[in-house]
Amino acid sequence: VSRAKPEDDEYWNSSKFKAFTFDDDDDEFSRLKESKRAVNSILVDDDDDEEEEDGVERVSWSGEPVGSVQSFPYSLLLSLLSVLHLDAHQFLFVCRHLLVGEGNRLHDLSPEETVRRMQKGRAFSLEKFRSLQDKLLLLDEAVAVYDGNLITAVLIYLKKSLSKEILFRELMARDVALRHYVHYLKEMGEQKLLVELMKALGRTEDMALMQYKEHLNIKDEGQRRDFLKSCLGLPFSQDDATHVQDHYTLLERQIIIEADAEIFKKFPRKASILNMPIITTLYYSCFYHYGESEGTYSSPENIRKTFRISEKQYILTALGARAKLKSWFDVDSLFNTKNWLGYTKKRSPIGFHRVVDILQKNSAPVNVLQEYVNLIDSPELKLSVALKYKCHDIVINTYRDLKDRQELVVYREKLERDSPEYRKIQELLNNVQIRWKN
Amino acid sequence: MAHTEWKDAPGLPDFSLLKRLARDQLIFLLEQLPGKKDLFIDADLMSPLDRIANVTILKQHEVDKLYKVELKPIFVLMFTDLVNADKVAGRFRRYKIIFTPQKFYACETVLEEQGVYGDVTTDEWNFYILPLDDDILSLELPEFFRDNFLEGDQRWVTTAGSALRLLQSVYGSFSKVYGIGRCAKMVYESWRELMEDGEQRTRQPEFAKVFLVDRDVDFVTPLCSQVVYEGLVDDLFRIKCGSVEFGPDVTSSDKSIKVMLNSQDKVFSEIRNEHFSNVFGFLSQKAKNLQTAYDKRRGMDIQQMKAFVADELKGLKQEHRLLSLHIGASESMMKKKTKQDFQELLKTEHSLLEGFEIRECITYIEEHINRQVSMIDSLRLLCLLSITENGLLSKDYRSLKAQYLQSYGIEHLLTFANLRQLGLLEEQQAGETLTVMESKVGKLVNDKTVGKLTDAFSSLAKKSNFRALSKRLALVPKSGEEYDLRVPRDMAYVFSGAYIPLSCKLIEQVLERDGWTGMEEVTRMLNGQEFAVTARSKTDAQRIVLVMFLGGCTFSEISALRFLGKERGTYYVKQME
Repeated sequence: VSRAKPEDDEYWNSSKFKAFTFDDDDDEFSRLKESKRAVNSILVDDDDDEEEEDGVERVSWSGEPVGSVQSFPYSLLLSLLSVLHLDAHQFLFVCRHLLVGEGNRLHDLSPEETVRRMQKGRAFSLEKFRSLQDKLLLLDEAVAVYDGNLITAVLIYLKKSLSKEILFRELMARDVALRHYVHYLKEMGEQKLLVELMKALGRTEDMALMQYKEHLNIKDEGQRRDFLKSCLGLPFSQDDATHVQDHYTLLERQIIIEADAEIFKKFPRKASILNMPIITTLYYSCFYHYGESEGTYSSPENIRKTFRISEKQYILTALGARAKLKSWFDVDSLFNTKNWLGYTKKRSPIGFHRVVDILQKNSAPVNVLQEYVNLIDSPELKLSVALKYKCHDIVINTYRDLKDRQELVVYREKLERDSPEYRKIQELLNNVQIRWKN
Repeated sequence: MAHTEWKDAPGLPDFSLLKRLARDQLIFLLEQLPGKKDLFIDADLMSPLDRIANVTILKQHEVDKLYKVELKPIFVLMFTDLVNADKVAGRFRRYKIIFTPQKFYACETVLEEQGVYGDVTTDEWNFYILPLDDDILSLELPEFFRDNFLEGDQRWVTTAGSALRLLQSVYGSFSKVYGIGRCAKMVYESWRELMEDGEQRTRQPEFAKVFLVDRDVDFVTPLCSQVVYEGLVDDLFRIKCGSVEFGPDVTSSDKSIKVMLNSQDKVFSEIRNEHFSNVFGFLSQKAKNLQTAYDKRRGMDIQQMKAFVADELKGLKQEHRLLSLHIGASESMMKKKTKQDFQELLKTEHSLLEGFEIRECITYIEEHINRQVSMIDSLRLLCLLSITENGLLSKDYRSLKAQYLQSYGIEHLLTFANLRQLGLLEEQQAGETLTVMESKVGKLVNDKTVGKLTDAFSSLAKKSNFRALSKRLALVPKSGEEYDLRVPRDMAYVFSGAYIPLSCKLIEQVLERDGWTGMEEVTRMLNGQEFAVTARSKTDAQRIVLVMFLGGCTFSEISALRFLGKERGTYYVKQME
């Protein structure tokens, strides 16, 4: 990389000069294009120009002079130099020429020209655009070049220099600009203004959601609960209103349950249920408070009714909890129903194969497992589950019922000699009354 | 894993040049503040920065202490607090904020509002592209998708355009540009604007063609479980910036190891694109070969042994290390995706893609939610259902949403709102004419504005037409036909033969036809916004295509494009967010 001389570096690092860009296409500098072409093809040998103190003032877009700013094109320029194999001097020379005469025109630029300058990262001034018409032209121009950064920049200016009623009104007809404005307000945390904007747009549900979202920033559970309560009247959709109500109720109850557990110190406080989902809370309840009366907040029945939990979900959760505790008796009761004749029958809204899976995961004894495998409706599924979990009796009985001799023979080999199951197969195979199919 | 190699295929461009450029720029900026300095780095930038300029280089340029800052929105405010505190204490320090890849006016405004504008210097470090591998470039903009597609903020459009400009200035002008999607179109226009006064490089260009595609043109592919090795590693362990962290269960020790995953890893490069069913067999074969190579030592004399240790041992040890890591990762995959669960998940996904037994799929999803299996997977399935079926039936939407909120937390009603906004998870509409709010506001403003209001209200999302597209483009091969995963015949292998990624199919077709002719029906179903431009006259033997996914791409798509490339003798360089 060929480097500029040290004094050149200082020159360039001083606050006065805005760096040169390749992409400049201002009419006044058409000479530049020629220089660029010359520079690109051959090394131009020019005498050193006198230093031009042209008194250019570097002005920011808010009108204040600023500290030194190095911007993109210059640093890329240096790097590209190494690729382009050109002498840095030539470029610096060209830069000096370029800067001559720049600067004071800022106030004469049209909205389109201003946006062009913004695109190229050059100094610009928005303050001169004071009429509403000009401001909107500026905004529309920024939208037309697709640049979100510019759109937001113009919006920041409009936010400062227009009343919100007027700004909102104009944004209603410009959905790209509107989206950028909403995003800007979100990022800046301007909750109040956002809510007003949503209201003005008639986006009441979005407004409600935005306000509700704030609860995530509240760490203290008591404060969060109170905040959720305050959200209850917001214009959510019907479904969401119910969900938010549930959210409040849930947290309120979790706080109470936690407090009780603390007071009575009955249960090991391994994990807090605060802010846990409903199902997790139900699981906790089935684990620690199973069988409690419906009157207490901590009872599974209460939670089930309050949050309208489906039978399927309830059984799944209760099963998980009681199986973990190896309470096979409780598991059994979950599935007992009395049919119309008064007989107890086993019924499950979740497939019994699923029940078996869960029991097996919790190391249920074989006799318990077998009971539920037997309840599986589909014979194919029953067989495959029995095979998977080595429920020998069921396998044997199934093959017997299918009159499948060959499978029995194969299966026998998997068993231990002299085990009861082995002997059972032997007996069956020796039974002359059975008409085997193979 | 032999594939026919095209003998005259051009090599891939040397992307290390991009790293050098970025590094030089950074060093230049650091040198603006001479003397010892402490560096506070945004957490998201740590890995990319490390690839460009590691700690040694930073220290060479007088960086004293390095701090990682986690929370981005607070970053700027934390900084301004620091500056103001110094002012109050009367302490003088110099401050510089380096924004990368570019500075936003909104940031400057914060500085101004906090009263520190002028007390700090600000710079842009135009670090646009990080090469992650021979054929993968990254924009390293994790917020791209959310900002652009959810919030509708076009701030990254010029960034993407500038990245293209950078590539063109370093590697030569592209001759053809194709694209589809609203953002793709904007990026193209923005880039074209940037190039307007660009010098025409006369050097031989390395990229022939560029294909720009919006993520939301194909939402289905990222929603499907990945089954190619690299995709599985990503799904399970999360590949970040070209590297992954393997925990103790993989390394069989008590330490975690961070590993670079790219073509330098000889073991990885052979299995990365393979369907998982092939991987284990390959790894065990390799292990056997390794054992044989080691066993050569027996029966070696001193001379041979010396030669062995000098030449081969190091390579073998390296291979051994990599092999055991990947075997460990594969085992971990097997365990985590306990066979039955994973098989059922894939079966459900395939059914949804096919449009087969949808009720059973819904039942499966419901149980998946009830069992609290995985927050993300449950949501993925819901979105896949919605996109393939053009929205859920109202009763299903409400019921599944309620159950999801019960299982994973009610605060996720916010998640559902976002997904609806994106068009990822919707209710089937009955076809309303004028909604309540429109009529309310309609009383306040005139008709023209009401029409525009509707646009403003409606999400940025478009209607999905997956089934029709799938049929038209033959994305789902007929079931019942045997699909040999060991010798894949098309890109569908990346999803076990069940589905050809839509995005990749589009790319294949457009490149084959050199444009969109004959695909009018397809583009209509994708809501238009397609374009094909000849930028300059063709030069010969151009076989490298740059595919730019605006909003991210999956490893499955990368593998699929590599497959396509091998078939067609072209190389695809993938650029992602």
